[in-house]
Amino acid sequence: MTIDDQPLLSARGISKMYGQHVGCTDVSFDLFAGEVLAVVGESGSGKSTLLSVLSTRLEPTGGAVSYRMRDGTMRDVFALNEAERRLLMRTDWGFVHQDAREGLRMGISAGGNVGERLMAVGSRHYGEIRSTALDWLGRVEIDLTRVDDAPKTFSGGMRQRLQIARNLVTQPRLVFMDEPTGGLDVSVQARLLDLLRGLVADLGLAVIIVTHDLAVARLLSHRIMVMRAGRVIETGLTDQVLDDPREPYTQLLVSSVLQV
Amino acid sequence: MSTTATATTPYNYAYLDEQTKRMIRRAILKAIAIPGYQVPFASREMPMPYGWGTGGVQVTASIIGPTDTLKVIDQGSDDTTNAVSIRKFFQKTAAVAVTTSTSAATIIQTRHRIPETPLTAGQVLVFQVPTPEPLRFLEPRETETRKMHALAEYGLMHVKLYEDIAKHGRIAKTYDYPTMVAGRYLMAPSPTPKFDNPKMHRSPALQLFGAGREKRIYAVPPHTDVVSLDFDDYPFEVNKFDRPCALCGAENVYLDEVILDDRGGRMFVCSDTDHCETRRAEGHRGEILGQEETRA
Repeated sequence: MTIDDQPLLSARGISKMYGQHVGCTDVSFDLFAGEVLAVVGESGSGKSTLLSVLSTRLEPTGGAVSYRMRDGTMRDVFALNEAERRLLMRTDWGFVHQDAREGLRMGISAGGNVGERLMAVGSRHYGEIRSTALDWLGRVEIDLTRVDDAPKTFSGGMRQRLQIARNLVTQPRLVFMDEPTGGLDVSVQARLLDLLRGLVADLGLAVIIVTHDLAVARLLSHRIMVMRAGRVIETGLTDQVLDDPREPYTQLLVSSVLQV
Repeated sequence: MSTTATATTPYNYAYLDEQTKRMIRRAILKAIAIPGYQVPFASREMPMPYGWGTGGVQVTASIIGPTDTLKVIDQGSDDTTNAVSIRKFFQKTAAVAVTTSTSAATIIQTRHRIPETPLTAGQVLVFQVPTPEPLRFLEPRETETRKMHALAEYGLMHVKLYEDIAKHGRIAKTYDYPTMVAGRYLMAPSPTPKFDNPKMHRSPALQLFGAGREKRIYAVPPHTDVVSLDFDDYPFEVNKFDRPCALCGAENVYLDEVILDDRGGRMFVCSDTDHCETRRAEGHRGEILGQEETRA
């Protein structure tokens, strides 16, 4: 078995209880390198809870998440010590928030935002940090003259693209995305999705994307997981699930959106 | 010598009671054992407002003894209000000898400067610190800054320096310039001008930092590495002055600007008054003092 036959991330029996209330329960899946997995469901279905657990932002009530580190070993992410976990989160992982304000430093220039991860892992050459930042601003289609402007002067779409650049600068292998197109108008959404699709393909990123928008799932993801009331009710190839949903709930979900 | 209050001296020796001094000394010892680490301590109310050196005064009060000689400076000067009143305070409460001479002092309490005269082994430099946390204005949460110190995650400080270069073309921070102590802890050297940062590096004197309002004590033991942060292509530089001191002619010292009249007249003089006086007593003359004497 070669290394690429092993999953990048493996979740087994994940559950998260908020007291008596179920966040998500008994979620298991494997994610392979370069694979895009969409988690869809209506509000309150547990998809954001699942994302928080997978990205170690929340401690699960039960189950295990293991990740294949850059050295090839599978490690239980909740058994990592905090230093290892934080290093993982700012090098090999990325997290794109729905609200860019959570993922950016709003008072710090775009260049500083992109450069932060580089400096966090020890880069100490201003010229190199800046040219890498400029390169990434270019790749996410932000006007290079805005490099010294703070994101608080940016539009919603630009903020989201800056957040993506900031996450990808350390060349992570896995990116978590929580409704990355939420709150953007349709034309900006389309442009962002186009950009994301290009980047994901070019960099061979593995992505777990949480969305309630089936169009986003259709455009970006290879596989899809449909959640309802904290459980995964259907899973499969995206086109298959969306074109031929088996579960009544999925059928409802698919039929309730305009045809894409 | 009795340390208890008597009819003539209503306060304990050096103002603080012995248990408080003991507590502060323990914090100081821990601070010395972990160079650059901010040790919490139970800061007391002092008979002066926060921001006037309550932290430094508590540190000095805990280490001072009757055989010590104390020097107090504020902005390098021995004769400003803050320096004079703290000096008087210890004369009154600790019956200690005082001096303005850097080399004669055993304890030097300072608000901003490190004296120009190199410190020697056996001397203690006590800094008054307003904001001990170098990351405070970058990360407001104390829980988070403590975690960052614990994990030595100091990338954010470089983000601040990056922003300076992006905005101003150079690292614009001129005081309280961040340093790494013994290769481990990020330390704010209090509002000391960055001119003095190199003096902290491997100094033979013990350097203690007290922040009264923030309730933190930290230390740089003698001969410890104190390295100012920078970028490979934007190395750390000290403030430069294009002229010598107008009174004593000293070069490569930190200068203060003094306005002379309302027609734009000004002179630049040593901020370290003791250094300036010593040099003048040795016969050194700067531009303005030289002119005055020729005229007289």
